[in-house]
Amino acid sequence: MEKNIKKYFPIFLLPTLISFILVFLIPFVLGIYLSFTKFTTVENATWVGIENYIQAFTQDTNFLNALWFTVKFTVVSVITVNVLAFCLALILTRAIRGTSFFRTVFFMPNLIGGIVLGYIWNLLINSVLGMFGYDITYDAKFGFWGLVFLMNWQLIGYMMVIYIAGIQNIPKELNEAARIDGASPFNILKNITIPMVMPSVTICLFLTLTNSFKLFDQNLALTGGAPARETSMLALDIFNTFYGRIGWQGVGQAKAVVFFLIVATIAFIQLKITARKEVEQ
Amino acid sequence: MKDGKKTNVIAFTVLLFLSALFLFPIYLVVMNSFKSRFNIVSEPFAFPDSETFVGLENYITGIESSGIIDALFRTVFITVGSVLAIVIFTSMTAWYITRVKNKYTKGIYYLFLFSMIVPFQMVMFTMTAVCIKLGLNNIFGIIPVYLGFGSGLSVFMFSGFIKSLPKEIEEAAMIDGCSPLKTFFVVVFPILKPTAITVAILNAMWIWNDFLLPYLLLGTNNKTLSVAIQITMQGAYGSINWGGFMAMLVLAIIPIIIFYMFCQKYIIKGVIDGAVKG
Repeated sequence: MEKNIKKYFPIFLLPTLISFILVFLIPFVLGIYLSFTKFTTVENATWVGIENYIQAFTQDTNFLNALWFTVKFTVVSVITVNVLAFCLALILTRAIRGTSFFRTVFFMPNLIGGIVLGYIWNLLINSVLGMFGYDITYDAKFGFWGLVFLMNWQLIGYMMVIYIAGIQNIPKELNEAARIDGASPFNILKNITIPMVMPSVTICLFLTLTNSFKLFDQNLALTGGAPARETSMLALDIFNTFYGRIGWQGVGQAKAVVFFLIVATIAFIQLKITARKEVEQ
Repeated sequence: MKDGKKTNVIAFTVLLFLSALFLFPIYLVVMNSFKSRFNIVSEPFAFPDSETFVGLENYITGIESSGIIDALFRTVFITVGSVLAIVIFTSMTAWYITRVKNKYTKGIYYLFLFSMIVPFQMVMFTMTAVCIKLGLNNIFGIIPVYLGFGSGLSVFMFSGFIKSLPKEIEEAAMIDGCSPLKTFFVVVFPILKPTAITVAILNAMWIWNDFLLPYLLLGTNNKTLSVAIQITMQGAYGSINWGGFMAMLVLAIIPIIIFYMFCQKYIIKGVIDGAVKG
């Protein structure tokens, strides 16, 4: 059978593979090469070695600021989103009226795109701050917490749905046995629910981690990096270096490679942890 | 038991309050879209009264000034076209590389996996250059671009499912004289339907809302919804017509809400499957 299928590779393989090579693989390799060159278009690159990387970290303070802002934002978002989503999942898996209605409402913001979300929250936050005579670009703190609120609004429902699936997978007998033995609800939570949903916790932690770390659309729409560039996250800073400063494309590409390496490291750690967990089970 | 009932009442009240909080931002936009543009900024929380209510005026000016209806149709076309291409071609690719086992197909599989962890900013400049050179910077050309970027997750999800399928049915079909192409579309593809729905939903949500890729490839002449909204705000330099802008936001949300109402079950299932496997 294999031989028979093999002959059909132009039909089965080529459409996907050619698109993939043209829009991803070639640009990826070209991108690594260009990060070591000075260029304004793909064709006029001259080799400069690691100068772009040095420039990204030394001459351009925006990049380190953006990195620090992104890390802070990611830590706060990962914790708040997951704690709140888990609590909601716990409540919604009890026998309460209207569970499916609540689930529908909490999940909905996840479907709205980043640009639209950003402007919805821009209106809301500016309306609230406006009562005190401020707006969101007045202080980087406003932008930071604005982004955290937005992220929570968008991701809580998504993570909640994954936690609910995890909690519902716990065998009912386990809870019943514990209750008959006289375990308190807190003990059941600590010794049964949390250990049993650990796979969901791993998934949700990494989903929120990568989503927060790579955030772009929401950042652009909510603050655009203002005031100055204080609320620019990494992705937005890279975009601005590419398209906002003529002659800095090489530095932008170098920043993008660093960004890729950080994201790849996070993904690699996740892979290791997930693989180890699977062995244990 | 009585205790349990009491906590349930408290939980119900808390949930009701939280739902109101979750819906409030959307309520605010919808409510303001019916208010005079001058009252949106000055009193954003006030409900429209006889003086500030302007009916559909904001919708008319919003639609006229931004070309958002064209953007809507363009977004529908790009999303539907790309999702169809992704579902058909990546399922074929996944079947081929799962059934034909050699070092090349294995290498291709890992390349697809690898592409999933690369952030878009890494390739955005070079990808734009390549695509412009190839003439893919139009609403038809963007479909193969989305096929390329969507192939990682989609091939991965289809392959995972195909691995669990027994080969015997396919072998029987081929012994009966079916070509691989016929075998795939008549025998295999119908079995893949649940995964195909998941793949379609995950890609549709991403492509519908995508901003940066259409912004770079289609620019301001062939705006998608997200691009139209961003450009309206960006181009206004602070002197935005808030009424028209609110109307644009509402028009951008409505299709998503309708889609969600009809496919909620599939969407939630798709998102869970995608998360667990991705």
